[in-house]
Amino acid sequence: MRLTPDQLIFWQHGFFKVNATMAFTWGLMLVLAAGSRLVTRQLSVGLERSGWQNLLEMVVTGIETQIQEVGLSQPQKYVGFLGTLFLFIAAASISTVIPGYQPPTASLSTTTALALCVFVAVPFFGIEEEGLGSYLKSYTKPTLLMLPFNIISELSRTLALAVRLFGNMMSGAMIIAILLTITPFLFPILMTMLGLLTGMVQAYIFSILAAVYIAAATRVRKPKAVTP
Amino acid sequence: MDNLTMIAVASIVIGGLTISLGAIGPALAEGRAVATALTSLAQQPDASATITRTLFVGLAMIESIAIYCFVVSMILIFANPFWNHAIAQTAGK
Repeated sequence: MRLTPDQLIFWQHGFFKVNATMAFTWGLMLVLAAGSRLVTRQLSVGLERSGWQNLLEMVVTGIETQIQEVGLSQPQKYVGFLGTLFLFIAAASISTVIPGYQPPTASLSTTTALALCVFVAVPFFGIEEEGLGSYLKSYTKPTLLMLPFNIISELSRTLALAVRLFGNMMSGAMIIAILLTITPFLFPILMTMLGLLTGMVQAYIFSILAAVYIAAATRVRKPKAVTP
Repeated sequence: MDNLTMIAVASIVIGGLTISLGAIGPALAEGRAVATALTSLAQQPDASATITRTLFVGLAMIESIAIYCFVVSMILIFANPFWNHAIAQTAGK
């Protein structure tokens, strides 16, 4: 039984190989990039606009509202990063309705790459907002004693991000594969529907957690925000 | 009982134990979290957006513990490193 789509190899030449993860990742990237390029080619500012432009505007403003509610007051700055994370993971899990498709997020390599992006982006935005010294000082925030624990939490939450997404997507595919051998017809369809729901929830959670981490890193020195 | 059988038995038993024991804690915790969130939703329907978002993030945190257990049991059953090692040793003999 295949645990991840890494083990499904389409093409191999010596050391180089193209497995299902890479193929479907590039396919998704192509569809997302070409789709948004096609839609944004003819943007209108008037009241008459195409349905696709309406859809994209809804998505972008929705993501911006969510980012703002987490506590980042300038969502335009972060929507490029956080929105891309959300759209990629959501597209990867929504596309499971296509037969023969394997979600690339069911591979630990993909989710580790995404989590490493968050791991790099948090200090990047933090330093950009606060300056280097003030950001580094935030690691010793309550007392100097907390320095190792802050560093450990930085690493462990990256691991948790990667394994959470991987486990959720992999378990969906795995449970469907196991159920297909036991109760072949109706039950796997129900589990596929549940898998679509958990895929969307995981995409939301991944991007919201990244937003929360960035928000925690960028408002170190500001007066305590009013928590709702 | 030779080495291979012992590794197989230990992996399968521990794989089952991992997921069954590891599901107890997160299940109780998620039930508590959802029950509390429902209570506060009933008391303050205006704050539903904040409560729902916090609930989802918290549920993801809690659920990840169960997911870790699931990943460990899947590794034990389908991608066991000790099993592969023992197979390679038997084949090499």
